[in-house]
Amino acid sequence: MKRVRSPFAIAAVVGVAALIGLLAYGLGSNRPDRGIEQALARGERVGAPAFDLPRLSGGGRLSLADLRGRVVVLNIWASWCDPCRAESPLLERWHRRISAGDKGTVVGVDVLDVSSDARAFVREFGLSYPQLRDKDDSLRSDYGASGVPETVVIDRRGRIVAIRRGPVDEAFMREKVLPLLGSPG
Amino acid sequence: MLVLLAAAAPAAAACPKTTLGDVEDEVMCPVCGTPLELATEAPQAQRERELIRRLVDRCRSKDEVKAVLAAEFGDEVLALPGDDGFDLAAYLVPALGILLAGGALGASALRWRRGQRCDWKRDPPLEEDEPETAGVRAPRPPSGPAPGGAVAKRLESDLDRYDL
Repeated sequence: MKRVRSPFAIAAVVGVAALIGLLAYGLGSNRPDRGIEQALARGERVGAPAFDLPRLSGGGRLSLADLRGRVVVLNIWASWCDPCRAESPLLERWHRRISAGDKGTVVGVDVLDVSSDARAFVREFGLSYPQLRDKDDSLRSDYGASGVPETVVIDRRGRIVAIRRGPVDEAFMREKVLPLLGSPG
Repeated sequence: MLVLLAAAAPAAAACPKTTLGDVEDEVMCPVCGTPLELATEAPQAQRERELIRRLVDRCRSKDEVKAVLAAEFGDEVLALPGDDGFDLAAYLVPALGILLAGGALGASALRWRRGQRCDWKRDPPLEEDEPETAGVRAPRPPSGPAPGGAVAKRLESDLDRYDL
């Protein structure tokens, strides 16, 4: 005998399946994009996502296009982050080194932070490199960043050469940044 | 001077206009992805709380504090989901749930009413002239064909067991 299912039972099953599907989609879509790392692992250089962000000081904006032709060490940081404090003196030293002769620059991007705290941080460490503010977290998601600090090395042609998810050290800078300074691209 | 003091008094009395506790359950800790009141340890949450305290001390209202937080951390700091993409589900799913629940309730009510009608056909309500004593309905004479054969014998033996 053919059993007729109640429309309520069918609706309940469809509802539960839809909720599970929604949950799975939500979990999947919140995962950071690791496409850049995968391309780097294959030995490819991928084009750096464009950005155009306001300066932390409040005066004007800076875009990746403005920096074309120079090596860019893009450092994502926040004033409440202890590893960011630890790496700041190193980044300042390297900025002075690579900005000589206009070969390159370090660019700081402050995220998830109170801007007055961030400005106090910049003063405290005497950071002279450009500091930007990513209020909407757009740059972090474009670069697949999931925490702070994270550093992206971009060559003169605007391609990503290396990413460090975590604080940088002297060895990373020597290995990833130094070779780019001599090369035309 | 007295006029100035008198004018300032109500303003001072109205300050602070809100409290940290009042604000922190309506905003998020963006790093933790939880409401600020639940983020007790995160350093970013501590900074956010300090900022709220400073603003409360400056006599800012709750809406003003939330506006400053949104300017610092973006709209995601407000404990309200966005109105596009996946966040839209936060509005659509409950609305859909309410609609479905309403539909289910309506359908159940209809079913219940139909069931009542069927019961009435089988067991009609008391007529006004029908005998009723002390709220107890009088036994109704059996309806339908009388049982016969084995069933009738079994009924007889069952009834014999009771002293009616």
